[in-house]
Amino acid sequence: MRRAKMTRDSFHVFQANARNALKQSEQVPSVLICAGTGCIAGGALKIYDNIKAECEKRGLQVYVGLKHDTDEEKSLHVKMSGCHGFCEMGPLVHIEPMGIMYIHVKPEDCHEILEKTVLGGEIIDRLVYHLDGVAYPRQEDIPFYKKQHRVVLENCGTSDAEDIEEYIAKGGYSGFEKALFEMTDEEICKTIMDSGLRGRGGGGFPAGRKWDGARKQKSPKKYIVCNGDEGDPGAFMDRSIMEGNPHSVLEGMMIAGLAVGSDEGYIYVRAEYPLAVSRLKAAIAKAEEYGLLGDRIMGTDFSFRIHVNKGAGAFVCGEGSALTASIEGNRGMPRVKPPRTIEHGLWAEPTVLNNVETFANVPLIVRNGVDWYHSIGTRTSPGTKAFALTGNVVNTGLIEVPMGTSIREVVFDIGGGIRGGKKFKAVQIGGPSGGATTASQEHLDLPLDFDSLKSIGAMIGSGGLVVMDEDTCMVETARFFMEFTQKESCGKCVPCREGTKRMLEILDRIVANKGTLEDLDLLEELADTISSTALCGLGQSACKPVQSTLKYFRDEYLAHVVDHHCPICNREKPHPTIDAEACKGCGKCRKNCPMEAIEGSVKKPHTIDPEKCINCGACVSNCPFGAITAAKEG
Amino acid sequence: MVVPINKELTRANEIIENYGCDQSNLIAIMQEIQAEYKYLSEDTLTLIAEKLGVSTAKVYSVATFYENFSLEAKGKYIIKVCAGTACHVRKSGPIYDAIRDYLGLTGKKKTSADGLFTLETVACLGACGLAPVMTIDGEVHSKMTPEAALALLEDIRKKEDAAV
Repeated sequence: MRRAKMTRDSFHVFQANARNALKQSEQVPSVLICAGTGCIAGGALKIYDNIKAECEKRGLQVYVGLKHDTDEEKSLHVKMSGCHGFCEMGPLVHIEPMGIMYIHVKPEDCHEILEKTVLGGEIIDRLVYHLDGVAYPRQEDIPFYKKQHRVVLENCGTSDAEDIEEYIAKGGYSGFEKALFEMTDEEICKTIMDSGLRGRGGGGFPAGRKWDGARKQKSPKKYIVCNGDEGDPGAFMDRSIMEGNPHSVLEGMMIAGLAVGSDEGYIYVRAEYPLAVSRLKAAIAKAEEYGLLGDRIMGTDFSFRIHVNKGAGAFVCGEGSALTASIEGNRGMPRVKPPRTIEHGLWAEPTVLNNVETFANVPLIVRNGVDWYHSIGTRTSPGTKAFALTGNVVNTGLIEVPMGTSIREVVFDIGGGIRGGKKFKAVQIGGPSGGATTASQEHLDLPLDFDSLKSIGAMIGSGGLVVMDEDTCMVETARFFMEFTQKESCGKCVPCREGTKRMLEILDRIVANKGTLEDLDLLEELADTISSTALCGLGQSACKPVQSTLKYFRDEYLAHVVDHHCPICNREKPHPTIDAEACKGCGKCRKNCPMEAIEGSVKKPHTIDPEKCINCGACVSNCPFGAITAAKEG
Repeated sequence: MVVPINKELTRANEIIENYGCDQSNLIAIMQEIQAEYKYLSEDTLTLIAEKLGVSTAKVYSVATFYENFSLEAKGKYIIKVCAGTACHVRKSGPIYDAIRDYLGLTGKKKTSADGLFTLETVACLGACGLAPVMTIDGEVHSKMTPEAALALLEDIRKKEDAAV
């Protein structure tokens, strides 16, 4: 169906109608099934089908979009929403208007949910989230959600991601409309500058300054590029936004287009996010159908088109100049800067490149104003930040908190502490480009914002928070990240290509308990050299995990290089065991054990104390009876 | 060298033409061809270069730069074990090792001798809340253990054996 072109007036009419429809929809019970990647993996699509089938059986009218007439008495609103963030508990099902949230829902629960809860108003205790013996049937009461402040992700869990009408009913595209008709390019840039919005992709560069720089470029062609190449392992905020609220990303890019005078945008999405690609493409098609994207939007001179490009599996493409090279169809390798991307970006034209979450913040700032934005977060880092909370924490998932929230609040209040009652050790912030914080009081109370984290050598990065417990060896963790960056190094500059390889070799050696004290100095020297000479951000920050663990967890390095025995790594490995039947009690193993870990008296079977054993294997080779079986190397 | 467009290459040819033989779509073209053929053969690479009017070296350089492109034929089922941080912390390594052992893979070999499975790692699937995860032909399996992973493969193998 070809729609009449949207004008400003018809947009207002459409908006008013959509709002009415939303209000009416809120009168009827609705079932929201989380359709993020996590819940889909858990069977959310089957649940959606089952709920619909159950309704049909009862002759209930099912609305998929917003409800427009109130004639039907028995009706139900069934929709798939974006990610709720509590992926650990998925698949999640929400029932409105009661505000009930069910966890770990199975397709066979649908009958009961419809019968008891939707129609009967009764809560099914088995599907409710429990913590410490307390049931939390309503989402807003669950501790995981209580300390969160959802702004960018607000619509993610409550709206149908593919429904443009619902987005508009909730205020969507009104920021763009305001910018289009009521603001000059300069005013838009000033608004973003005044809001203090800083790039959510890692560095925290003020977005407004970037925009204003691109605006001042005298070029007939400019580009807006959205970086959805969320490569940091352990981060999935951008994926959730693209999947759960794709229109907010488009709207942010369109406002950027107005601000700098660009008519074309690209979204570069990781190949590993197929759902995000299809949702974005569907959203673009819808916006074009409604005349919100395309030529001469709402009858003005402004035209804007958006393309979606799929990455092909290169971490380095998250770097600006590598990303634009990849869009152009080249090897995604960074180039020397300056000239900066705002001067010489995609196809050598001035380009504004921001991250997904940054663009998603823009419509909210334009719509709600600068003062509103400054009322959230800290002075130098206003607004909220989405984090992917993962690792050895009880509640993993996607969270959004005001900037400046302490690590303690995130790990213990929202995250619910450490799994299995273990001790908290560290949080790795910012993935392979970030650093670790410790369990010290000072670090736990550290506010999560751009500047505080920088002061201790970590960075927000893309926002992955990986929590580690006492069983995690930090040297092994540093080695893991180094292996990642080494593998993903594009090979263009020598410091990164050669340096990370050598650092990985040293770390391998240390983890295998074959390192020396000198190796630690060498690591530090290499890290200094690489971070000051590598070509791009990936290389410059590649050493951060090593540098910060060397600073805060030096004793663990020392355990590896001085004692040649790391109690944490060792705990994981099985130890040699003595076969009591074959052992003659000769005592040779006891005499040869460097750790005095073997006990036993003459002519009696000996035993090995696993707490003391370092798996050196001396007992195995010294046993004349073959009674000791070696541990398999882990 | 001009590649004759035989039956094998007609689909690849169509894909390239759908993109208007545009050089800037090189990556998208290779992605679509790979989705069709599961890998990029020497012939397809030459064809791409020819149709886009770029050197074969350039096409090859792009194909080898990105992890997603494969120049070798892959197995019928592609298994990807996530090696992201969250999965690593929750022990995805032993899952990978168990599958490797099960498939009898050694050295640089990634595809099982019967051509049924290819084992790969993936940097992060973004499903960290469900760690550790693996995918079989794109379908995500969450909270895996080595035993559960092998059971999945065993099922596929049985299904394949029954189909023969």
